[in-house]
Amino acid sequence: MSDTTESGPVLAADGTPLKRSLARALRKQKISALLLIAPLLLFVMVTFILPIGDMLFRSVENQIVSETLPRTVLALKDWDATSGETPDEAIYAALAADLKIAAIAKLHTRVGSRLNYETPGISSLFRKAGRQAKKWDLENDGPFKEKFIDIAKGWGDPDVWRTIQTYSPKFTNGYFLNAADMQKGAEGAEMRPEDEQIYWVLLKRTMFMSMVITVSCIMLAYPVAWILANLPTRTSNLLMILVLLPFWTSLLVRTSAWKVMLQQQGVINETLVWLGLVADDARLVMINNQFGTIVAMTHILLPFMILPMYSVMQTIQPTYLRAAKSLGATNWTAFWRVYFPQSVPGIGAGSILVFILSIGYYITPELVGGTKGVFISNRIAYHISSSLNWGLAAALGAILLAVVLVLYWAYDKIVGIDNVKLG
Amino acid sequence: MKLTKLSALVATTALIAPMAMAQDMANELTIVSWGGAYSASQKAAYHDPYTAMTGVKIINDESSAEAVAKLRAMNEAGNVTWDVVDVVASDAMRLCDEGLAIEIDADVDLAPAPDGTPASEDFGDLLVSECFVPSIVYSTTFGYRTDLVGDTPPTSVCAIFDLEAYPGKRALQKRPIDNMEWALYCDGVAKEDIYDVLGTPEGVKQGLAKLGTIKDSVIWWSAGAETPQLLADGEVVMGSTYNGRLFSAIAEQNQPIGMLWDMQSYDIDGWIIPAGLSPERHARAMDYLRFATDTQRLADQAKYISYGPARASSAPLVGKHATLGIDMAPHMPTDPANATNYHTYDYEWWADNRDDLDAKFQAWLAK
Repeated sequence: MSDTTESGPVLAADGTPLKRSLARALRKQKISALLLIAPLLLFVMVTFILPIGDMLFRSVENQIVSETLPRTVLALKDWDATSGETPDEAIYAALAADLKIAAIAKLHTRVGSRLNYETPGISSLFRKAGRQAKKWDLENDGPFKEKFIDIAKGWGDPDVWRTIQTYSPKFTNGYFLNAADMQKGAEGAEMRPEDEQIYWVLLKRTMFMSMVITVSCIMLAYPVAWILANLPTRTSNLLMILVLLPFWTSLLVRTSAWKVMLQQQGVINETLVWLGLVADDARLVMINNQFGTIVAMTHILLPFMILPMYSVMQTIQPTYLRAAKSLGATNWTAFWRVYFPQSVPGIGAGSILVFILSIGYYITPELVGGTKGVFISNRIAYHISSSLNWGLAAALGAILLAVVLVLYWAYDKIVGIDNVKLG
Repeated sequence: MKLTKLSALVATTALIAPMAMAQDMANELTIVSWGGAYSASQKAAYHDPYTAMTGVKIINDESSAEAVAKLRAMNEAGNVTWDVVDVVASDAMRLCDEGLAIEIDADVDLAPAPDGTPASEDFGDLLVSECFVPSIVYSTTFGYRTDLVGDTPPTSVCAIFDLEAYPGKRALQKRPIDNMEWALYCDGVAKEDIYDVLGTPEGVKQGLAKLGTIKDSVIWWSAGAETPQLLADGEVVMGSTYNGRLFSAIAEQNQPIGMLWDMQSYDIDGWIIPAGLSPERHARAMDYLRFATDTQRLADQAKYISYGPARASSAPLVGKHATLGIDMAPHMPTDPANATNYHTYDYEWWADNRDDLDAKFQAWLAK
């Protein structure tokens, strides 16, 4: 008997090995757990992950050129862009054939605006040529080279052809290069001219200002949260309403209110002049610069810092502080060694919330930021809604997302993500 | 009793149904516009009369500011929910280029002038894109504080660059369009050469350098309502905005603001019909468009807002303001007295160069 129990597998009551029957029971449990969360998982996938993925995919997608101009792309394959000369008649004829089909399907201007992002002027070349191409008889109307150059001189510019050639592959890193202030030159990637470099500056500024906003939120929120957590419930509820009321007020109203407060003919300046602290002709400039953005956004994001801090501080037992003091700690030591470490998870949660919200803000910086207080999100909004360059917007968004993930990872390494509590 | 009611109902339905089918038009229209006083003027001049005439229900959507991006998203999703969209001409051009708006043949689809002039001649040069039907001409121009300019109110647009004669802040729009043209014009470039100069890297540098002389004194705006507010608060001594906004600050709110029409920059606003509508909705949208852009309707809108009608034949019909009772003609950007020196915006040029110049402009601003 003892032999079998030691060498053979342990059996369950029905004779199957215990390991397998246990695994089966667990699998059942796992499946039912999965089924329970399936609706949520599906919802998150369909409404969140897929659209974001689709949007980010646009940052490399470039099928439009080869799909609309297949013959031209093929013909251009062997053209030497470094020669500095225009391609020969065969390539112009290929473009004429492509354009005729595209113009009838009204697709030619789409390619034009796609390529115009890379070389200004191409958009009107396609618009003008498309108008004529519709009427062309491909067999008898050649040669097309002169015709194209007659329509618009730009068609005789080798740079235009180089752009078409460079952007003919199905996928491109062009948007990402652009988002990093670079471009595809004749000899591969190169920095853009200095007067066009903007995204790197904006990214650095976005990070710096978001940090400043987060730190000022911590400084202001900590005492407030401490008072809220330590007052009797009735008083603290009343104070809580003072925190929540602005939180429920429209973002635009709060931003405009700051304009009224901070502008040169505004409340603060008027008061200072009336008190004689500031001369009438030397009023302080507090808006339309970084200061304005930081003040307004700190105010707007403050509740996101106070609320998690408050809920963490509420769970800290006052007895701990009393115990520390009765053991001889000064007020400061008791706070710093006993109270503060327990409140860190609240600071962590608040900081992550405030920081991530602030790097994505664009309405407030646009309204009070002037020229030096705007964020990279303002440019993303511009490319989404005005220039329609969604590829570049997606590339900028992808970079911003990557930066956030890196910072999150660093935070996890330094503070530990288990150390974050929302309540 | 019940039976008669029912039979009456059946009878009316039987009557209405064939009518609706005969027209093959949808009974509802979603019209997208800018909101505020502008949408109100359209409602009074176009929507209400159209509903009274046809019984079609008109839903107003105030999304014109994001119309281009939203239409593209709707088109990709294959579910276009808008029937008629009000956009500025440059956006109409983008939508047309992207294939998001349908082409409109002015002479076939639009009503001729009362004297029989075909629509294409009546609108003339304002038909800047195949997909676009203009309805108003507005201008971006300057207003100044009458009490802050002393005894010499500005008469030239170049006053914005004159910090000695007119100290104080100025409000300019946070984009290169118009500002670059004014800068070059005030730097001595002839009006007809502006776009040739702006097309060269040196020209861009020259324009930015001129703007650089007042950079520290500029408050950059992005919403049209900002300048009238900044003027009313005395934050700026002068600033650019849409002429209709200045009209309402001066005439309706009695602010101490004066108009500077010199080198006003004309722009056009009007309608497009999105691509991808069902045949019934398309037919209804075209029917509305024909009605809303005829000579009388365009003249009617000018009763409510100080924007010039886009048809030449509407101009003589412009009357008095609906509530203030003042003559509207002298407040129109197209009035001969206001249009002695104006700037015409080159749509084709900006369509080509906008993104490039915008990057340079924003980089310059950020420095």
